[in-house]
Amino acid sequence: MTASVLTRPRTAATIPSRKPRRRLGLGRPIPFGAAVGPVLLLTLWTVGSAVGWLDPRTLSAPWTVVTTAGDLIADGRLQENLTVSARRAGLGLAIGVLIGTVLALVAGLSRWGEAILDGPIQIKRAIPALALIPLLVLWLGIGEQMKVTTIALGVFVPVYIHTHNGLRSIDSRYVELGESLRLRPAEFIRRIVLPGALPGFLLGLRFAVVAAWLSLVVVEQINSTSGIGYMMDLAREYGQTDVIIVGLVLYGLLGLVSDGAVRLVQRKALSWRRTLAD
Amino acid sequence: MATHAGGLTATRTVHVQRLVRRFENRTVLDGLDLDVGAGEFVALLGRSGSGKSTLLRALAGLDRDVVGSGTVDVPENSSVVFQDARLLPWQRVLPNVLLGLRGTDAVRRGQAALAEVGLAGRERAWPNELSGGEQQRVALARSLVSEPELLLADEPFGALDALTRIKMHGLLRELCARHRPAVLLVTHDVDEAITLADRVVVLDGGRIAVEVTIDLPAPRSHRQPQFLAYQELLLHALGVDQTEG
Ligand SMILES: Nc1ncnc2c1ncn2[C@@H]1O[C@H](COP(=O)(O)OP(=O)(O)OP(=O)(O)O)[C@@H](O)[C@H]1O
Ligand SMILES: [Mg+2]
Repeated sequence: MTASVLTRPRTAATIPSRKPRRRLGLGRPIPFGAAVGPVLLLTLWTVGSAVGWLDPRTLSAPWTVVTTAGDLIADGRLQENLTVSARRAGLGLAIGVLIGTVLALVAGLSRWGEAILDGPIQIKRAIPALALIPLLVLWLGIGEQMKVTTIALGVFVPVYIHTHNGLRSIDSRYVELGESLRLRPAEFIRRIVLPGALPGFLLGLRFAVVAAWLSLVVVEQINSTSGIGYMMDLAREYGQTDVIIVGLVLYGLLGLVSDGAVRLVQRKALSWRRTLAD
Repeated sequence: MATHAGGLTATRTVHVQRLVRRFENRTVLDGLDLDVGAGEFVALLGRSGSGKSTLLRALAGLDRDVVGSGTVDVPENSSVVFQDARLLPWQRVLPNVLLGLRGTDAVRRGQAALAEVGLAGRERAWPNELSGGEQQRVALARSLVSEPELLLADEPFGALDALTRIKMHGLLRELCARHRPAVLLVTHDVDEAITLADRVVVLDGGRIAVEVTIDLPAPRSHRQPQFLAYQELLLHALGVDQTEG
């Protein structure tokens, strides 16, 4: 009896009074949800330029930006400036990561190291790297040295903080294990300390990459004669909005690609963790 | 720290004399004496908080920050099995077994040790892909691969289910019969102690209060009347009243 009622589809359809229960949470995810916002912006920009709402001097049309990028590539300026910028950022990043890691190891593995290093680094952390530029210009001039140093100074702090934190949060049970197995100090560092601190280090690296690009943008707009920032600064003087936008897009792409690369490394290096998660 | 007992008694592996260990003016070990012979299997029973782990950590040399005094003679070549398997999660199974092992044939020995605990072929697995019992077997392989003279184990099977624990008992007996280390096994399980040990000691009041040599033929079980007698004796020593049993 009841079964026949339940199997009749009309019964359910003809009860308008019973509202479907509202589910908690946000509901099903939208396919390609992350692309919706950018695509909408791009559409507004295109339509705005086509209809004439946007003055080309305020914001060049998307197609102008594309052709400008093509021209810049054709005459080699884009590649040239991109290479210079990437080299600066890469060098600053490498030096900063090395310094941050070494300092974190020294501070993390010895009480004296921590006593000596941790305070100054915390103070340095409170001063934005960019605020040091006037001093660095006085000391090092306005050449490459100053630029790379500024980037390295911005990079080493997050690497230090997160690596140090990673070292300090290694489970003491593993330290005990190392003691009970009578590991030599070098073995202990290689087998337990470094892998244990790796997740922290990689997190620091992600922040470091962001910091490197940020510092790059700033140093390239001070008395530069090359680099993407220089290209944009020059374009400002001539009122070339399209070139500025090409520069902005480049910065954005560089940031995205490098963050993606670090995340890839993270996933590869921490594969032992992923086996738990999925 | 650990020194050899010397030529005085060649068959004595562990020699502990007047051992005192104190935590914030609470004396946990109070003049404890204990000897373990070469190849002897000793089970250490005691109420929770009686100081079993404290004693084991003293023997393992893991208590340098603890206040205390006394003589502890243990062989340099001793290894520890913890209650948790304590495998490094970022290393696969074989490197975990090889941790701290030296010598050119280390890999071969590690593989042999894994085969002994029934885990041949799992060398490349990650620790968190193994079950709790398998992880503890890897830990056992790691502790035996260095051919220790002394094996110190603190409730190594405490986290395992009853069935797995029985299998591990069999495995441990087998391994000990082959490698003949002296063993000090901390447990809170009276049956486990009787099943495995040559001698059971009960820690109470900071000293070895009761000492029972288990003299039972090989397949030890509840069906042996002697087993039940030992059980009652030890439960009594632990302060458990068994009148309702
Ligand atoms: N690091 C420590 N600091 C302070 N007190 C401690 C410390 N370690 C152990 N104790 C104390 O020493 C006593 C004995 O501890 P221990 O861990 O040796 O007991 P146990 O016999 O192993 O108990 P269980 O069977 O519960 O493991 C307990 O009262 C405990 O609180
Ligand atoms: Mg304990």
